[in-house]
Amino acid sequence: MASTSTNGIRRIITASSLGTLIEWYDFYIFGSLASVISTQFFPKGNPTAALLSTLATFAAGFIVRPFGALVFGRLGDMIGRKYTFLLTLIIMGGSTFAIGLVPKYDTIGFAAPLIVLLLRLLQGLALGGEYGGAATYVAEHSPQGRRGYFTSWIQTTATVGLLVSLGVILLVRHLLDADPARSIEKFNDWGWRIPFLISIILVVVSIYIRLKMSESPLFQQLRTEGKTSANPLKESFGHKTNLKMVLLALFGATMGQGVIFYTGQFYAQSFLETTCHIDFDQAKTILIVAIVLATPFFLLFGGWSDKVGRKWIMITGMALAVLSYQYLFRQLLNISDPAGRTEVTANKEIRSSAAFVGKTRNLLRSSSTIRYYEDGMIITETKKDTLYEAGNTSLKPVTEVSKKLGTADYWKMIGIIFLMIIYVTMVYGPIAAFLVELFPTRIRYTSMSLPYHIGNGVFGGLTPFIAVLLTTISGDKLSGLWYPVVVIAVCLIIGAVYIPAKAQPVNE
Amino acid sequence: MNAVKRILGVLWIILGIATLIYLIKMGISEIARNPLPGTKVQWGTFIVIFIPIAIGLVLFGYYALKGEYDTENRVD
Repeated sequence: MASTSTNGIRRIITASSLGTLIEWYDFYIFGSLASVISTQFFPKGNPTAALLSTLATFAAGFIVRPFGALVFGRLGDMIGRKYTFLLTLIIMGGSTFAIGLVPKYDTIGFAAPLIVLLLRLLQGLALGGEYGGAATYVAEHSPQGRRGYFTSWIQTTATVGLLVSLGVILLVRHLLDADPARSIEKFNDWGWRIPFLISIILVVVSIYIRLKMSESPLFQQLRTEGKTSANPLKESFGHKTNLKMVLLALFGATMGQGVIFYTGQFYAQSFLETTCHIDFDQAKTILIVAIVLATPFFLLFGGWSDKVGRKWIMITGMALAVLSYQYLFRQLLNISDPAGRTEVTANKEIRSSAAFVGKTRNLLRSSSTIRYYEDGMIITETKKDTLYEAGNTSLKPVTEVSKKLGTADYWKMIGIIFLMIIYVTMVYGPIAAFLVELFPTRIRYTSMSLPYHIGNGVFGGLTPFIAVLLTTISGDKLSGLWYPVVVIAVCLIIGAVYIPAKAQPVNE
Repeated sequence: MNAVKRILGVLWIILGIATLIYLIKMGISEIARNPLPGTKVQWGTFIVIFIPIAIGLVLFGYYALKGEYDTENRVD
C-alpha cells in the first residue's frame, strides 16, 4: 500500500475528525437539551406529542442509526468513502440547523413536533453513516504500524463532541443576560436555538475542507481494477465467512465498548444530577474537566495498540469496568451524602418567593432552605406548590434538592469520572483500527458500520434507560449498574476467547 | 482453546434464546402495567431491535459450536 506522507495524513485526520466531531456535537446537543426542547415542541399532557417525543428519543438512536450504517455503508463501498461521508455531513448539518429554526408548538401546532421528529431521524441516519466512513478513510491512508494511532484521532471525536456540546450549552445559558436567573429563563425560551444554529458555520467549514480531499487510495485502487463490490450488503451479511466476523465484532468488542462509553459519560452524568442531586452547572463542569484530562489517553491507547495489539488493551478496559463500577458509583453517592458533615447553622438561610402563574390568579409559591457545611458543601432544598385562586394548594408540593460540593469533594468526583473515561479511552481508542482490520476493503464500510452502531447505539444507548428501569424496580440506587456489568462481562469473555490477537493487513 | 470455544458456543445459544424470552415477557408485563402509547413504542422498539440481535447471538454460538472460530479456521 502506498501510504500517505506525514503532512498528508495530518490533513486527512484533521478533515475527517473535524467533520465527525461536528456530527457528534450535532447529535448530542439534542440529547443534552431534551428537557428544554420537550417544553417547546412536546407539551406535557398531550398524548400525541408525548408519543412523538418518545419516537424522537428511541427511534433515532435504536432504529435509524443502524439503518444509516447499512444505507451509507453500502453507498461507501459502492461509490466511495469521500462522497458518502460528505453526504452524511450535509444531512446532519442541515437537519441540526433546521431544528434551530422550527417554530414552537404554540405557533404551528402538531407540525412542530412532527418536523422535529423527522429532523431527529435524519440526524440519526447521518450519524449511522458518518463514523464508519471517517474511520475507514483514515485507516486506508495510514501506514502499517501506525493505524491505531492515526485512527484514534477519529476516536476522540465522540467524546470531544460531547465536551463541545456541554461547553456551548453552558456558555450560552449564562451569556444571555447579566442576571443569571434571567439568562437561564431566556435560554429556555429561545436561547437553546443558538447551539443548533451555530453548528452550520462549523459544517460549512468542514464541507469545504472535505471537498478538497481525495478518495481513499485503497478504494481508488479497487475501483480502477473494477473490483468494488456490486452488493456490499449481501457480501457482508449473506456470506458466512464475513458474517461470523461481523458477529464477533459486535459481541466481542463493540457491545462492551458502547456500554462503557455510555456508562462512563452519559449514565455517570445523569447519576450525578438525578441520584446524587449535584448542582446542574457543577455536574456539567465535573464531566467537562474529566473529559479534558482523559482525552489524550485515546491517542495514547490507540498508539500503544500499534505496538502491543488492540485486543488486550480493550479487554483490560472491559475487565477494569466490570470490577470497579459498583465501587466507583458508590463513592459518588458517599461524596454527595451530607451525613457526617458539620453544618454551619449560623449561616442557614430561608428564602421565600411567590409569583402569579402566567395571566391567572394562581400563585406559585417557592421556599428554599440553604444549608452551609464546614467543608464547603451547600445544600439547597426548594419546595414549590401552587396556591389556587379558589384557596386550595396543590396536593403534593414538589421538592428539589441541589448540592454544591466543596473544592475537595468536587475534585474527588472529577477523579472518579476521569477514571471511568479512562476505561472509555482503553476500549474506544483502538477499536476503529480493530474493526478496519477485521474486514476486506471492498465491504469494509458496510461491515464495520453495522456492529459499531448496534454496539454503541443499541447496547450503549440503552444504558441510561435500562439502568433507571432496574433502579426503579429494585429501589437500590446502584442496581442500575447490573446492566452494564453483565453486558460488559459477556463481551469480555467473548472478546478474550474468540478475538484473534494478531491483526490482518488492510490492503488485502 | 478450541474446545473451550466450542463448549462456550452452547452458552451463547442459550443466552440468546433466554434474552429473547426475557425481553418479550418484560415488554408484555411493562405494557400491561402502563398501557400508554409511549410505553408501547418503547418496548415495541426494543423487541423489534433485539430479535435480530438475539438471533445473531444464537448464530454466533452455533458458529462457535461448529468450530468456525477455531484457530486453524480463522482468517488471520
